[in-house]
Amino acid sequence: MKISEVAKLMNARIVCGEHRLEEEIKHGFGSDLMSDVLRTEAEQLILITGLANLQTIRTAEMADIEFILFVRDKKATDEMVELAKENNLVVLETSNSMFKASGILFQAGLTPVF
Amino acid sequence: MQVKYQVEGGDFTSAGYASSQVKKLLKQLNVAPKVIKNVVVALYEAEVNIVAHAYRGVIEVELDPQKITLVLEDEGPGIPNIDLAMQEGFSTASPAVREMGFGAGMGLPNIKRNVDDMQLESQVDKGTRLTLIKFFNA
Ligand SMILES: Nc1ncnc2c1ncn2[C@@H]1O[C@H](COP(=O)(O)OP(=O)(O)O)[C@@H](O)[C@H]1O
Ligand SMILES: [Mg+2]
Repeated sequence: MKISEVAKLMNARIVCGEHRLEEEIKHGFGSDLMSDVLRTEAEQLILITGLANLQTIRTAEMADIEFILFVRDKKATDEMVELAKENNLVVLETSNSMFKASGILFQAGLTPVF
Repeated sequence: MQVKYQVEGGDFTSAGYASSQVKKLLKQLNVAPKVIKNVVVALYEAEVNIVAHAYRGVIEVELDPQKITLVLEDEGPGIPNIDLAMQEGFSTASPAVREMGFGAGMGLPNIKRNVDDMQLESQVDKGTRLTLIKFFNA
């Protein structure tokens, strides 16, 4: 699925990474626990999370995750956006809950990593 | 080649800075992406542990052709029972640490599974020293 399609399905705001919207992703992983996220191994994965702070961006950087969807209307701060841009990440924000976002994206074809 | 970083306890804004620098360094050296990820995930969990649980610390990175050695030494409360601390799910993290997305008690186990060698030594009321080794040809 293209990132642009994720953004559309989520009615998401594109915070940064507009130039990567045509890239394909395959997997989704939802968690607010960064140690969980650091255990994922898949590529082409979008992190779905309600934890919006600098450590979310750092965690994505370390785990080689390039796509983040913030749920529950969590907003990326300026500092987070700056760090995300530095790492060439795509960051989206949606008002959907974690459950709703995950359900819709699962149905649309994103697969879990375990 | 040797590099050093200072880490401040409680400073969640800078947590991950050292790990980020090491990641850039390993990329420049053309280390395999999988190995880089192993190293920086372990280092990041360890760096966050200093921020979350100690007062201040120093990270020493030593690079040689076959491996990277990371020594993280902190001044802090120390770990009274290392076997217990190594158990998945054990955590004494504060609510502030949990708000940052950590404190699930998975950090030390995560570190262990990402490196080839891990030595954890600690003295209560003094501090903790964690030594990690990762070989590049794994
Ligand atoms: N550098 C450190 N100084 C003091 N205590 C530590 C340190 N690192 C780990 N610990 C102790 O070990 C526990 C487990 O660590 P860890 O597995 O990383 O889980 P978490 O950080 O999520 O609590 C911590 O909750 C803390 O009690
Ligand atoms: Mg930890």
